Amino acid sequence: MRAWIPNILRAALLAFLIAFLVSPDLFDPLLKPLVQDNAPAIYNQGSLLTLTLLHLRTVAIATTGAVLVAVTLAILVTRSFGAEFLPLSRSLVNVGQTFPPVAVLALAVPILGFGEKPTLVALFLYGLLPIFENTLTGLTTLPPAVMEAARGSGMTDRQRLFKVELPLAMPVILAGIRLSVVISLATATIGSTVAAKTLGEVIIAGLQSNNIAFVLQGGLIVGALAVLIYDGFSAIERVLARRAGLSARG
Amino acid sequence: MIEIDGITKRYDGNTVVNNVSMTIEPRTVTVIVGTSGSGKTTLLRMINRLVEPTSGAIRLDGEDNRAMPGFELRRRIGYAIQGHGLFPHRTVAQNIATVPTLLGWDQARIDAKVAELLTLFQLDPIVFSARCPHELSGGQQQRVGVARALAAEPNVLLMDEPFGALDPIIRAKAQADLLAIQRLLGTTIVLVTHDMDEAFHLAHKIAVMDKGALVQYGKPAELVKDPATEFVQTLIGASERPFRLLSIKTAGDAVEPGAADGKPLAETMSQRDALSELLWTGRSALPVAAADGTILGRVTLEGLSRRAAKPQ
Repeated sequence: MRAWIPNILRAALLAFLIAFLVSPDLFDPLLKPLVQDNAPAIYNQGSLLTLTLLHLRTVAIATTGAVLVAVTLAILVTRSFGAEFLPLSRSLVNVGQTFPPVAVLALAVPILGFGEKPTLVALFLYGLLPIFENTLTGLTTLPPAVMEAARGSGMTDRQRLFKVELPLAMPVILAGIRLSVVISLATATIGSTVAAKTLGEVIIAGLQSNNIAFVLQGGLIVGALAVLIYDGFSAIERVLARRAGLSARG
Repeated sequence: MIEIDGITKRYDGNTVVNNVSMTIEPRTVTVIVGTSGSGKTTLLRMINRLVEPTSGAIRLDGEDNRAMPGFELRRRIGYAIQGHGLFPHRTVAQNIATVPTLLGWDQARIDAKVAELLTLFQLDPIVFSARCPHELSGGQQQRVGVARALAAEPNVLLMDEPFGALDPIIRAKAQADLLAIQRLLGTTIVLVTHDMDEAFHLAHKIAVMDKGALVQYGKPAELVKDPATEFVQTLIGASERPFRLLSIKTAGDAVEPGAADGKPLAETMSQRDALSELLWTGRSALPVAAADGTILGRVTLEGLSRRAAKPQ
């Protein structure tokens, strides 16, 4: 009965975010009380919109890389010829997850220099685990009768993978990508410590000049992006799951 | 014709199927029965090479089933399983079209085949083609599963407990439909079940498996008359023997000349059901009618009890 309320809230959040990014000056009075006299309330060392788009670009590139590697790896270790590489692959992605992104940045800067590249490496490594584990779960928990029918009807290994296994595992794989994206959105901010153009720049500028308004707006934009993207992915997963007949109701 | 020649399957020294040889005649229904763990499903799955035998050979119409890659072989053999295994992300029409699509039929031929099969299984193509499997009832899902297995017009249809998940009423209907379709298409059917009633209802020949070995292979009446082992005897059930005999043939086969009062029995009804009808109505004879309503004669209590007696 009140199913429309979350959608109204999402639409409002999206409208608010776009308005803030396009003309942040409109919100100056709202943030003014947070800063000391004469300090700017709205980030003034670059365009918030440009930083947001660069932030999203960094996350998109790192996640795409993580999806390609993690899904490929999960497919390989669920084939009969790759089963023995499962423990090794698992260890590798676990190392990627446990190695702190800050440490990755510190190690990558001397090799790759300052800027976006070390951030991409850190996000890529950090994003592997959820995608890998979910793909693995999706591919190993398929209904046995369906897999038997797929073999029995004469599909080759490749046809089974692309026509049956991946489509049926897709909702679970997407859930992994969703987690990875949300983690990356937040983690990308620390990329600005090594001069990557992300929303972290706003937060760091605020911390350096003791400007709470900067910290708040940088954090809120990242938070709003995370919520909206999370919901977007969830909606796609529900549609796919319903189409796959995995859950009759979304 | 399917020739199974000295087939053995071992897993880690554990013999699951032990030196089984049997010949399955074309256009017949062969039912493989046995308890769980008897190796009956493994034997079936070796025919379409879902399981590769340790030793022995299986020939289909004289050709070794290892002459082509496994996936090509399986496209030529229908396969229906318990719990149907329909692809949940595909429509009914796409499910049925699975093997024709793999074989690269053109779309018009596929569409025609899907419509033909749906009609054959009493599912309206207009209503059901675009539905997803989870929108169907259990009986409908099972029928689509068999339709999918028959889509590429295979000569051989393998069925692994296809009716196991159905309730008794739908199961009886599904069995009757299967027999009608088998007669219509002339498909050679090999069916695995642990349900002896089902076996006697469907089979031209029954193969009994016990601990990996084929202990008896013959017509249903032969199994009742001369059970090869104690195990076959137990499986058939001593007290069930006369009724097993009667359930093999139809009332039409037991027709005697003469007239009788009462509601006519269908010619296709099993003799067991005819006997039940006689006992229940308290009559000693009932008329038998063909599908078009013409009276063919009558069945009598005396005639049926003669047929139920131990064959000489």
